[in-house]
Amino acid sequence: MAQKKGHRSLSSDDPEELARVPLQAVLLADSFATKFRPITLERPKVLLPLVNAPMIDYTLAWLESVGVEEAFVFCCAHSQQVKDYLNKSQWMKQPGTFTVQPIESHDSISAGDALRVIYNLGVICGDFVLVSGDTISNMSLKEALQEHKERRKKDPLAVMTMVIKHSKPSSLTHQTRLGNDEILMAIDPDTKELLYYEDKTDQSQRFITLDKMLLASTPTLHLHNDKQDCYIDICSPEVLSLFTDNFDYQHLRRHFVKGLLVDDLMGYKIFTHEIHSSYAARIDNFRSYDTISKDIIQRWTYPMVPDVQYFGNCSQMKLDRLGIYKAPEVDQSRTAQIRAFSLIGNGTAIGDHSVISNSVIGQSCTIGRNVSIQGSYIWDNVIIEDDCKLSHALVCDGVHLRAGVVLEPGVILSFKVEVGQKIVIPAYSKVSLLPQPSKQDSDEELEYADANSGVVESPSITSIANTRNVDPVPDSPDAEHSDTSEVGISGVGYIWSTTEGGHEEEWRHSIAPIPAEKLMEFCLSAHTDLGVSNQDVNSLPASGELQLDSESTGFDDGEDYKDSADFEKEVEATFQRVLAGVNPENVILEINSLRLSYDMSHADCAGSLFYSIMKSALSAPFSSNLSFGNLI
Amino acid sequence: MMDFQVVVLAGGTAKKLAPLVSKEVPKALLPVANRPVLSYVLELLESSNLKDLIVVVEGEDAALRVGGWISGAYVDRLHVEVAAVPEDVGTAGALRAVAHHLTANDVLIVSGDLVSDVPPGAVAATHRRHGAVVTTLLCYAPVSGPSDTGSSAGKDKVKKSRYNIVGLDPTRQLLLHIAAGAEVEKDIRVQKNILRAVGQLEIRADLMDAHMYAFKRTVLQDVLDQKDTFHSIRQDVLPYLVRTQLRSEISANGLHKVEDNANGRVSSQNYVTWMSQHREIAPSAYQELLALSPRSPENALRTHKCCAYIASKSKYCARLNSIQAFSDINRDVVGEASHLSGYSFSSQNNIIHPSAELGSKTTVGPQCMLAEGSQMGDKCSVKRSIIGRHCRIGSNVKIVNSVVMNHVTIEDGCLVQGSVICSNVHLQERVVLKDCQMVCALWPDSV
Repeated sequence: MAQKKGHRSLSSDDPEELARVPLQAVLLADSFATKFRPITLERPKVLLPLVNAPMIDYTLAWLESVGVEEAFVFCCAHSQQVKDYLNKSQWMKQPGTFTVQPIESHDSISAGDALRVIYNLGVICGDFVLVSGDTISNMSLKEALQEHKERRKKDPLAVMTMVIKHSKPSSLTHQTRLGNDEILMAIDPDTKELLYYEDKTDQSQRFITLDKMLLASTPTLHLHNDKQDCYIDICSPEVLSLFTDNFDYQHLRRHFVKGLLVDDLMGYKIFTHEIHSSYAARIDNFRSYDTISKDIIQRWTYPMVPDVQYFGNCSQMKLDRLGIYKAPEVDQSRTAQIRAFSLIGNGTAIGDHSVISNSVIGQSCTIGRNVSIQGSYIWDNVIIEDDCKLSHALVCDGVHLRAGVVLEPGVILSFKVEVGQKIVIPAYSKVSLLPQPSKQDSDEELEYADANSGVVESPSITSIANTRNVDPVPDSPDAEHSDTSEVGISGVGYIWSTTEGGHEEEWRHSIAPIPAEKLMEFCLSAHTDLGVSNQDVNSLPASGELQLDSESTGFDDGEDYKDSADFEKEVEATFQRVLAGVNPENVILEINSLRLSYDMSHADCAGSLFYSIMKSALSAPFSSNLSFGNLI
Repeated sequence: MMDFQVVVLAGGTAKKLAPLVSKEVPKALLPVANRPVLSYVLELLESSNLKDLIVVVEGEDAALRVGGWISGAYVDRLHVEVAAVPEDVGTAGALRAVAHHLTANDVLIVSGDLVSDVPPGAVAATHRRHGAVVTTLLCYAPVSGPSDTGSSAGKDKVKKSRYNIVGLDPTRQLLLHIAAGAEVEKDIRVQKNILRAVGQLEIRADLMDAHMYAFKRTVLQDVLDQKDTFHSIRQDVLPYLVRTQLRSEISANGLHKVEDNANGRVSSQNYVTWMSQHREIAPSAYQELLALSPRSPENALRTHKCCAYIASKSKYCARLNSIQAFSDINRDVVGEASHLSGYSFSSQNNIIHPSAELGSKTTVGPQCMLAEGSQMGDKCSVKRSIIGRHCRIGSNVKIVNSVVMNHVTIEDGCLVQGSVICSNVHLQERVVLKDCQMVCALWPDSV
């Protein structure tokens, strides 16, 4: 509290200086998440190339374009790499009004920690823009800043303005096209105040529960699930002190935003600013990486597109018809085809009869003959030999695919992985030179983990090759990695096993489009789901319905009836198995357990058993010699 | 008109309004500016050219009285059938009792205590345009008079509870959630699947259900048949239909005829297109999937639409369902909503029947009404009040903000303020009534 007072007095010392405070920005160059593993074990997420430029460049370019004068880049994981990159880049050198200043910390494990560090440094003196280093946007902040400042004048408790954008989640998968989960927000339509925010929604919960008090001050509110949080926030300096006061705030949304909304003691308010025509999105997972890459290629992010020089990308991309971008020095075979919405980096060679569509290929790659690349992202210095097939894969720097390799949708190959001949990497696999850390609980918030902390037995590529009975042609083993026993003969790398229970969810955040079967499945379950939900409604008292009790009993009767019918069917089916030759002892046990699980009486059980006996006797009068008596 | 049948639920001798109502004066015949309250609904319907009406009254006696009055007043203007139902059957029960009379495609159900100038035709048109299963009329707060502005917080609370918590789609035409404000204790519970279908749901707490509903007749009959525990339209039938709109049970039971099935199918298809209009960004596969998905008649998702017609703020809309509302409405009908009264106001903005007699120095202020045959002595003053027929008022009487019914005798020097005085009351000299709300005589037949 004392700190806060100090801060207040500091900011109110001379208002005329406050008026001319430079616009500052805090850029979190660490996502404090592990969604981009295994790639982020070796390189920080903000330096990963997005359509041939590191993500952080997009964010910095945008910050510069909206008039930010000082940007503080908060580095944590791989901080040295980020600092080195910034030092080399033109961001640090340029003489203009835009200065970039790295802040390094090694013990921060969340956005909350980062903001506490920044608070302690005392570098922020006015309203600032809070973004993470993976934000792509071309929006103008002028209007939002103006709104924020005006609100602040009227109400000093309005500490934050969040930027949101329309984006309707799929009704089947309940995620947006960026692969984010749906977000529920309640917004006051007049003041745009955020009243309710829920990101990790509980899918099993069929109701949204809003406090009636929300409607005490305003007659109306809008409940949205069609808005996307752009993760661009305009914050007042109080936000930092709030993080310091509440040392348990970690996550920006889950803790900070929710904490402010729930806490009516302090009365801090958060407002929203909706953008309509401009672009703003954050790369949170592989699906958003894919979506945003396509948006960039399709020029939704203009002027941040490959053929416009907005920062140091010296490569002179040229835009052809059908959204094909080509660097000046591409060695393309005459018979190779480059199809719509693709980008080919400088110094890349493409062999005969290869087909590339919807893909991004980095610099100095070598692509052999008859290669098919579809919807994939190939970074720099990748060698792809003849007859490979890649679809919806992400291939990092220095990867070597030998002839005939097939990458199924959703495959991630981390840095310098080598794959032996004619190997098929199954869908959604992640392959890395680094073994998978065995435990992820404590370090979950970190992008990097101690690579030596533990190694899970992961199948190497060789073992896959063996199980598939493909004879890998002996290749020169990589000398560099020969110390690991698991290095394959023709390949180098570990296949990461997906974390427990994660496999079904893997498709959600993958580069690959959602498989049709999956959508079908959802479509079907949506049907049954709704049916269940109605029954739920009947058993849960919905507000405003007085006669509900009597009504729901009516429903229960129906349920009972259905149950007993089910039970009879089950018993009959089980009984049939005796006739089919299953040991009667086991069947007795099964029927008993059926009786218990359906909560039926002995009489019910005997009745339905008798029914099944008679039925089978009718249908097969001569065949059965079994004594039924011992069953009952 | 438009194949709509109209059912007016005129109530009976509601206990809530006792002792204002009695066997002599059922709720429907309570005077509002010296006309029975039911006449406001009947004339509203007449103005939309809805002339075939069924008026449902609780209790045989009350039905006789209401029927007698209607046949006298509207003999050649409306075609009205008066049906008597037992008391305490609720609005749903009342409809069950007259269900066999209903044959039209759609039924308009109006509460008999509604005083409003919202055209029922607009509600009916909205209903038809959307092919809705139910359309309800929602109104903003009734025009609040001077007695409310000075009201305490307690009164505010009473007002608050009249409102509903209503969920609407962005176009404000579909009704997606409804709950009575008073019954929502703490949390508003909104169904997620409905929110998902629309993306944006507007929740309002300043609208009230005006008890004018257009129902698809077959649906209404189905619900009333199947859910025999449903007691009230407002509390049971409407919330039920709103809740189940994405998974409608009403047409899935095969209980009714083929033509309805076809209708239901059409509306469900409309709904799907409506949903897909809202999905602006979606996996491209979705469209094909809709085609792929098993749409056989048995397990196709049945949906129905519930709509709302929101009256504009300038319209007057109030229900006479409490004693407070009785005096509010009486005041408004000669005041702010004077066009409803059907009288022509004098240049002093009041109505004084030519047969009324005023003593010397007696003033009748604006927004007042003095009905036929009433006499007032000297030096009286009447402000914002309604005085019924054949009242006898002495000298030096002040009547402010009050309703005085028929045949009331008020002797000299009385002060009546903010009160309701029922018929046949006799106030002797120098009685002071302030905010009494009500004074009633014992009825002759109950003595």
